[in-house]
Amino acid sequence: MSDPTPADLLTTPLDAWHRANGARMVAFAGYAMPVQYAPPPELAARCRGGVLAEHLQCRSAAALFDVSHMGQAWLTGRGAAAALERLVPGDIAGLAPGQQRYTLLTNGSGGIIDDLMVANIEAGRLFLVVNASRKHDDFAHIAAALPAGVQLEPLADRALLALQGPAAAAAMARLCPPSEGLTFLGVAALPVAGIDCLVSRSGYTGEDGFEISVPAHRAVALADALLHQHEVAPAGLGARDSLRLEAGLCLYGADIDETTTPVEAGLSWTIGKRRRQDWGFPGAATIRVQMESGPARRRVGLRPEGRAPARAGAPILDAAGAEAGCVTSGLFSPSLNAPIAMGYVQAALAKSGTPLAVQVRGTALPAATARLPFVPHRYVA
Amino acid sequence: MPATPASEIRYSRDHEWVRLDGDIATIGISDHAQEALGDLVFVELPAIDRTLEAGEACAVVESVKAASDVFAPLAGKVVETNQSAVDDPAVVNADAEGEGWLFRMELDDPEAVEALMDAAAYASFLEEEGA
Repeated sequence: MSDPTPADLLTTPLDAWHRANGARMVAFAGYAMPVQYAPPPELAARCRGGVLAEHLQCRSAAALFDVSHMGQAWLTGRGAAAALERLVPGDIAGLAPGQQRYTLLTNGSGGIIDDLMVANIEAGRLFLVVNASRKHDDFAHIAAALPAGVQLEPLADRALLALQGPAAAAAMARLCPPSEGLTFLGVAALPVAGIDCLVSRSGYTGEDGFEISVPAHRAVALADALLHQHEVAPAGLGARDSLRLEAGLCLYGADIDETTTPVEAGLSWTIGKRRRQDWGFPGAATIRVQMESGPARRRVGLRPEGRAPARAGAPILDAAGAEAGCVTSGLFSPSLNAPIAMGYVQAALAKSGTPLAVQVRGTALPAATARLPFVPHRYVA
Repeated sequence: MPATPASEIRYSRDHEWVRLDGDIATIGISDHAQEALGDLVFVELPAIDRTLEAGEACAVVESVKAASDVFAPLAGKVVETNQSAVDDPAVVNADAEGEGWLFRMELDDPEAVEALMDAAAYASFLEEEGA
């Protein structure tokens, strides 16, 4: 399909590239984005396209995602790390050069404004990647909190590609030999296919892989070079969502938002050791109480019996049939060939294996809480 | 007026198809619908003997990401369901208007099928819908 892009949607630098590769475009966070592909014959031999095949391609070989809708920014100046620490519970000052970390922007009541990746590129230069749907709010929020001498510079002229899967490293090594030297969450400025990029060994699928920030005008050349590798096929947002849910990773706006705290969401591990002594981040009072006394509810994985997926919004019931929580993400897992979900339940019911039920179209389907991730991570140490 | 031949396929505005054989209608989702939904992973069909009004939601087809209702295009009683579509929903993607049929109904009024679109009318309807 090659639907025209409605005039009010933004496009990424790969818009024409997606269409040439048979993408079905949908509106997401204000952008026209590929949800899945029906690739031309030479690529279809590698991966026939569609959410299932693209998902399995990423688990078995390598998949290339355009995530240029996400927000990228420099945070620069001598006090950049300290300034950011006033907004997040992560240990940013302790981040070694060449290292990246997952952290959260929290609000005064301990809710999550956004989740983001922060990389220490060099002294006084941090690189941020935030969610597309939140970038304008995030950047305004961060900019408003900066002291003199620290600047936030949103990078609207850069694209972001994600190459994910067990064969990502082999494909990448041909175009960028030094990428082999990166370990999980390592970051470096490296040429990829001769194009100056910022490469991090990270992703949102649970697989080994890379996120590659590239100047917008070189994005098509980079995508073509990556797609030229025999292991690689394009994958859309559909597979991205099913992959991240199998990996137990949160989707902002679904599994976490301003009403959920890091403790409820099972993200207390993002709160640095030093930050648990200084408590100098927004919402620390609430978060501290929840860490010490336990939260009232917790994010859990759920495995419904049978094949019917329980979708976001489905009520979760306890063994007596009383409402005990709500599904926040749910779909059919291509890897497990079974439905999986995440949601929040009363803390007493959060232990894995607890028998519960999910209500789907008026019927209570048996389900049990399950350990996350549903599919083991395969990051490179 | 001659009766509708058993082979003639008709379509609803909700993208179901109907093929009539006597007063038994075979019903499924159109090839366009399966294409739009993408890979199907779950199919839920109505119980045998369930009485359906025209337009009543009676089955569900789900892709990895989303669930879609299937509506009874005509009034009647469910007499058969396609267990192979439940066991392997991919058959609906592979052959939506053939092997991927969903259920059969004994129609209250077989002539009501005339009110549905023929293949040419459905093709124009899809063009208008896409425009």
